[in-house]
Amino acid sequence: MLGKLDWSAIPFDQPIPLIAGAVVLVAILGVLIWVVVKGHLPYLWHEWITSVDHKRIGVMYILLASVMLLRGGSDAIMMRIQQAVAYQSQGYLPPEHYNQIFSAHGTIMIFFVAMPFVIGLMNLVVPLQLGVRDVAFPTLNSVGFWLTATGALLVNLSLVIGEFARTGWLAFPPLSELSYSPGVGVDYYAWSLQISGVGTLVAGINLVTTVLKLRTRGMNYLRMPMFCWTTLASNLLIVAAFPILTATLAMLLLDRYLGFHFFTNEAGGNVMMFMNLIWAWGHPEVYILVLPAFGIFSEVVSTFSGKALFGYRSMVLATMAICVISFMVWLHHFFTMGAGPDVNAIFGIASMIIAVPTGVKIYNWLFTMYGGRIRFATPMLWAVGFMVTFIVGGLTGVLLAVPPADFMLHNSMFLVAHFHNVIIGGVLFGAFAGFEYWFPKAFGFRLDERWGKAAFWFTFLGFFITFIPLYVAGMLGMTRRMQHYDVAAWRPWMIVAAIGMAVLTIGVICQIMQLVVSIRNREALRDRTGDPWDGRSLEWATASPPPVFNFAFNPDVRGEDAYWDMKIHARQQSLGHDVPEYQDIEMPRNSPTGFVCAFFATIMGFALIWHIWWMVILGGIGAFATFVVFAWRDHDEYVIPADEVAAIDRVNLEERRSLVSMAGTI
Amino acid sequence: MAMTATAGHAHADPHHIGVVIEHPGPASKRIVTAYGFWVFLLSDIVMFSCFFAAYAVLSGQTAGGPRGSEIFEQRNVAIETVCLLLSSFTCGMASIAADVRNRFWFYLGMTVTCLLGVIFLVIEFREFADLVARGYGPSRSAFLTAFFSLVGCHGLHVSAGVLWLLTMMAQVFAKGFRADILRRMMCFALFWHALDIIWVAVFSVVYLLGSGA
Ligand code: HEM
Ligand SMILES: [Cu+2]
Repeated sequence: MLGKLDWSAIPFDQPIPLIAGAVVLVAILGVLIWVVVKGHLPYLWHEWITSVDHKRIGVMYILLASVMLLRGGSDAIMMRIQQAVAYQSQGYLPPEHYNQIFSAHGTIMIFFVAMPFVIGLMNLVVPLQLGVRDVAFPTLNSVGFWLTATGALLVNLSLVIGEFARTGWLAFPPLSELSYSPGVGVDYYAWSLQISGVGTLVAGINLVTTVLKLRTRGMNYLRMPMFCWTTLASNLLIVAAFPILTATLAMLLLDRYLGFHFFTNEAGGNVMMFMNLIWAWGHPEVYILVLPAFGIFSEVVSTFSGKALFGYRSMVLATMAICVISFMVWLHHFFTMGAGPDVNAIFGIASMIIAVPTGVKIYNWLFTMYGGRIRFATPMLWAVGFMVTFIVGGLTGVLLAVPPADFMLHNSMFLVAHFHNVIIGGVLFGAFAGFEYWFPKAFGFRLDERWGKAAFWFTFLGFFITFIPLYVAGMLGMTRRMQHYDVAAWRPWMIVAAIGMAVLTIGVICQIMQLVVSIRNREALRDRTGDPWDGRSLEWATASPPPVFNFAFNPDVRGEDAYWDMKIHARQQSLGHDVPEYQDIEMPRNSPTGFVCAFFATIMGFALIWHIWWMVILGGIGAFATFVVFAWRDHDEYVIPADEVAAIDRVNLEERRSLVSMAGTI
Repeated sequence: MAMTATAGHAHADPHHIGVVIEHPGPASKRIVTAYGFWVFLLSDIVMFSCFFAAYAVLSGQTAGGPRGSEIFEQRNVAIETVCLLLSSFTCGMASIAADVRNRFWFYLGMTVTCLLGVIFLVIEFREFADLVARGYGPSRSAFLTAFFSLVGCHGLHVSAGVLWLLTMMAQVFAKGFRADILRRMMCFALFWHALDIIWVAVFSVVYLLGSGA
């Protein structure tokens, strides 16, 4: 009846996950009860859960990422403490538990923090920057988000019911095959990635189509803001790479569920095939994450330098070059596995080539700042901090791309330091910069600068205190994923790293405080202009938060830095003459499709993990029925009448006039 | 590059000599839908390529089990191929009928497409069942693993297509040729033709090359 599921799935003998699970459960229940008692449920349902508005979906993505950042962060703290104390002792974590923690940490941070964070920002901002009303497929957008949430939910369920994979974040076979991992851990891993992977693919298709097919009048390709370009590149990579992940995980699952032989040691299976497939996805994946961050930095640097982006065209070219080359270097992740010197040399050189366009970008940002009137607001701090950090990470990457060096450093703490260097210093700093930069756009009030700056400095210093020691430990020969060790020379570095982790944690707390303080002072921090940073692209041309339809009428773009041009233009012509003729606007209706779909996907995923076959069938039928019901809708749009549009827009226009008369000096 | 563009097409973009073609604005729904679906199909083809790659890697790994030439039945495969190619044709007819709003030819075209698809699936299913009965199931060897997965993945797509097809017919029955339904029909047709193309690749890579070896 319940497949493999019984009481033994709940780890009564392990206090840590149980207590953690209980705390989370109580918290969720508390929030739920509060929501219901306060009568917020209808509001949540109508305005958020069923919303197909790209801005709301973007916000929900970012919320999901933030919550999961706390989960992944607690894993990180546990690991750092373990390695600090586990010198010539077992430490406080049993080995199998430690293995689950590092696997969950990597999986969560990549798939449920970094991915939703960047996809959320892209969703929130790109249609605004393109000057359009919505993404290409609004309902699908909601489906994509909720499927991602399903994946995150399944990963967290594994904390209390059953176990998570002990294989590392990429589940290499044969360790991940049934014979070595008979439990449900790998199944949790594979199904949650499979489901959220579909969500990601949907988001990718949506954003590619949006950028290529929905741009306002005059928004030629070479006038798109940089963030739109990197969004395009990143989502092209998603569309091309995520199907590889889907296929690879499907093969692994077939091996596990039906006794197939893709990656087994027996009957001719081929483990190296897994390496090639997973890294053919995995390397592009790191650029899927970092390209949008590059875009954010481009926007932030030019806005806060008060200058147009230097070398816009070379930036576009560099972005697209990275997009292509990132598909040609995957083998540098397994130089040590016997491909031979020729192959290694080719992939080594190809890997180093990526550093060239990346370098171009760094110089462009520096030249943008050069001679500019720089304001060090919080987003700008993150951008400058990123440049410093990322250069270190890029250099160590190039070092790793030298095959002989990699033979020494592969799977060492040095590698761990490298990719944290690029992922934290690149992706996460980018996400935070974007968060600070666009928060006023999404909610209509600024974030508190003092707490924001404190958060930056603690995170920045904490980052270096944590990861420089890991470089050293790697040089001293410490390999990654050690549960305990006996080498005295490593110990001090592990302790410093743990202290760094504490400093990083203070940074995170500052960021939470920033949010709390800003929400409390929101009236004082309110931004009525819609353009708090004196911005240059179209998202700043509409009110904050923008009305559902984004723009009362589609803007007409005449050059790069669309909104900046408009401001100057308006100022020169002493502005504000023509009252626009408003028209009715059709917008997509909200729909519970995404939520219901994810509901059935959760049931199905859970049932598949535990081999509860009747429930699988039920979930499948439910998902299909949801689609049919959705397809049967007769009215999927509603009309906002012209006078209502006019009334909403008038406020924005007033603000715009006062704003333009004040600002606009180059 | 802050600049004040004057009216008309002026030199809004100083790096281009001559007339700049201005972007006219968001594309129509029909184009957006078709474009998005194309992108999806491309991603689906990437997924298939992984299974093709796996097949290429594993096709020699018979682990003492049968080789391709010992188990492939050319006659069945030929019938399957004919069915699928024909169904692409009838699907095309149904699309045209939908475009000119002719219900009779639409239903006829879709019904024949559905029948041909089902015949294809039945033959494939019997081939699989027969192999399993003879002890040549997917867990016999890595070669058979790759074979069953690649061909089965295509078969799953065809099954999904049949389900979608029936839903399409029901929708036209209930709602007529509305614009949104026509857009869906266009996507379905693209999907069905793409399956055909993938089958041609399966046919060549698996059955033709395999029988020779
Ligand atoms: C200058 C460009 C870069 C080069 C040349 C480079 C090179 C490398 C090499 C050679 C490895 C494999 C080392 C080994 O396994 O022994 C590696 C690992 C890794 N890199 Fe980079 N990298 C670069 C940029 C990036 C960026 C931008 C990111 C992420 C946003 C990134 C994320 C990673 C990750 C996650 C791993 C480790 C994966 C694992 O084994 O678990 N790298 N890098
Ligand atoms: Cu790589």
